Parts: sequence; structure tokens; C-alpha cells
Amino acid sequence: MAKSQVSMIVNGKKVEELVEPRTLLIHFLREQLHLTGPHIGCDTSHCGACTVDLDGKSVKSCTVFTVQANGADIRTIEGMAAADGTLHVLQDAFREMHGLQCGFCTPGMITRAYRLLEENKNPTEDEIRVGISGNLCRCTGYQNIVKAIQYAAAKISGVPFQEAAE
Amino acid sequence: MIPGPFAYHRPTSVKEAVGLLGSLGEDARALAGGHSLIPMMKLRLASPAHLIDLAGVADLKGIREDGRDVVIGAMTTQHELIESDLLAKKIPILRETSLLIADPQVRYVGTIGGNVANGDPGNDMPAVMMCLNAMYHAVGKSGERRIAARDFYQGAYFTALEPGEIVTAIRVPAPAAGHGYAYEKLKRKVGDYATAAAAVLLTMSGGKVAGCSIGLTNVAETPLWAEEAEKILVGSTLDAATVKKAVTAAEAITSPASDGRGPAAYRTKMAGVMLTRALGRAKERAGA
Repeated sequence: MAKSQVSMIVNGKKVEELVEPRTLLIHFLREQLHLTGPHIGCDTSHCGACTVDLDGKSVKSCTVFTVQANGADIRTIEGMAAADGTLHVLQDAFREMHGLQCGFCTPGMITRAYRLLEENKNPTEDEIRVGISGNLCRCTGYQNIVKAIQYAAAKISGVPFQEAAE
Repeated sequence: MIPGPFAYHRPTSVKEAVGLLGSLGEDARALAGGHSLIPMMKLRLASPAHLIDLAGVADLKGIREDGRDVVIGAMTTQHELIESDLLAKKIPILRETSLLIADPQVRYVGTIGGNVANGDPGNDMPAVMMCLNAMYHAVGKSGERRIAARDFYQGAYFTALEPGEIVTAIRVPAPAAGHGYAYEKLKRKVGDYATAAAAVLLTMSGGKVAGCSIGLTNVAETPLWAEEAEKILVGSTLDAATVKKAVTAAEAITSPASDGRGPAAYRTKMAGVMLTRALGRAKERAGA
């Protein structure tokens, strides 16, 4: 099958590549651009480990063809930290609050939480849980993931983080 | 998983899209949000030789009022339905239903057109559209026609859509101001299809049911319009005995499969439970 030319912004850099139309975005990111932060978990659009930010939406990159993303602006976990290596507030929050155990779901969790906080600066615990309901953590470490997102939200708003009573 | 090879087309108008579907024939499939089709392609349960991506067709987007109706472009995403102030005001059951579909990521991409046109009995919008008595605008090479949601579903993945036709918009008559509504969905987890679900629209007048509409999801090969149950309820005060009678009538038209969501008899009963709950919640919301 003839390859198609695609052009997009990935983590702030312009990318021009040739892809087969059937190339899924997750395979393109991982194998062609060597961005292995987005993970292939279930490969069936359930687990959210492949989540990336695409034109201001969180999407599961295992269920998008690269050609559909032609012209898009994409951000993966690799694009979260500043150029000098300073961690994004969410990355820092996941570290501070022990928001990861094995770490497999973390890139998807953080990119999803990024969009959630862009849309809702001060989410309730319920809104966070609904907001990340498309991301599975098979260590089941949700408690600290939610806490990390609350911590990041507090930091972004410049208010002290208050841990909810257990 | 890697889908089979295909040629990718990205038309910019409905005319061009329909022209491509017509000329490429059976080997071509229209691609909306892709969250039903792409998983099928990854499993090689579908391997179209041509994909016609509708994302570039601006006319398929947007939500607008047209007289008493609200017209929703087929490529409007579930996320956009949730965010729409117009829908929240005029047809709030669509927001309630959208929030129960899949998960946030899928809702950013999944479209209402794909949801209603795919013919998957597990999809939530078809029964809601039957409940709302919506019309689908379908465009093919011989022009546009309108198909009632209540006449659209013929079997699992089998609809009134002709080869080469696409659904371009969904026309929903806005329910009366002050109506009550509810979509009750039983599911095992986020992202699951319904074990059973019920959509209800209700108008009350002087404590009695003036109008009632009911749709059921995923308890037959097609979504169901529970017309008989509606007739039983109209004129009643939604007293327990009448509700029970209507629920029995609704259960009688179900024919669910036994699957991981439970045996058929259980799913039929759950359709009844969802309907009872939806009626109760719709009544609470309805103006007198």
C-alpha cells in the first residue's frame, strides 16, 4: 500500500514522515519517532496507557490512525517536562504523592490528568475519578494517583495542598 | 494488533464523500470517530480496502436549532454533546446519556453519527433516539432522505441505511418544556456496554402522565421502542401497580442474549429495573 505523507507537531517540534494509512498513531509514535513513553497496554482502547494529547483532547493513540492525525498538534509524556528537564507540576506531583507503583500506566495517567486540569483547574475528587476513568492502573494505586492530581491542582492554583482525611 | 491495508480518503464535502462511497462500492467504509470500526479492523473482523474519513467534512459538525427541532451534525462528538449548553437546556437526556458512554478519551472522539448509524445494539444513543422520536438525515447518490429512528434498526449491525448512504445529521424534536427524563444504564464497569438500559421521557399534567416515551438498550438485536408500555402509563399517576404492568409489557418485548453480562432472564429483569428507576427519576424531574 502506498505511503502517505503526514505532517504534525509532536511535543512542539514539526514532524514530517511517510506512513502506511493503517499505521496506528501509537505505533508511529513508538516505532517511527521513538517516543516510547506512550505505552501499549490492552491494545483494545480500554486501558488508556497509550493516551496522548491531540489538538486539546485526550485520545487513545491505539485507536487512531496516524493519517487521521495529519496536521495535528500532539503532546506525549516526553513533552511534559520543560526543555531544561524541570518536571511538569503533574510529574512532580506523582513523585511526591507516590502516584505510581510499577509505572506502566503513568504516562497515560499524566497526559490525561494534564488535559483534565486544563479543562477544570480545581476538580473535586469525584471529577478526578470520572476524569481518569478511561485509564486503568493494574497495581490499583488509584488512591495516590487521585491524590497526586489533587496536589498538582493545588500547586497550579497556588493554594496549600490539604490531604483529605482517610 | 495491526489492521489490514487500506487506502485513505479524506473528502471535504458530503457530496464528495458520497461520491467516493458510491464509486468504491462495497470495499469502502465511512470512518467517523473510528472507535467501533478501528477495533474491528485491528481484530481483522473488518478489512475495508478504502476508508473514507468524514472528519474533514465541515458540514457534518455542529448543533443548531431549526424551528422546534435541534439538528446535530453526525460528526459531533460525545464530548461536544456534553459541553453543549443548547442540548443541556433543550434535550438534557442527551447529556446524561453521553456521560454514560465509554470513557472520557473515547467521548472526545466518538461521534453521535457513528453511534446511531453503526447498528450495534450495545450503543446507547439508538434507544434514546427512538425514545425522542428523532429522524436521521441520510444522504446517498440519489439525494437526501429522512429515516425515523424508530424505523431504522433492523437487526444487529443491520439498518435501513442503503449501501453508499451516510447519516449526515440527527434531527431531534425538542421535548416539551418541563418534561422529565432519565437514562438508566446498568453496566459492570466504565466503558462497558449496558447489561440493560432504559431511556424515558415524561410529561405530567395535573399529577397524571400526559405523555411518555420509552427506549431500551442492549436487550435485543436492535434497540427497542416500548410503545405498549407507554400506552399503559399514559393517564396514570405512575402508581406502583400501573408501573409494574408497564414494566411487564416492556420486559415482554426484550430478547437479550446470554453473555458475560448475565443470562437472558437476568438481563430482561434488569431492563425492567432500569425502566422502573428511569420512570421514578423522570417523574421527579417533570414539572406538574
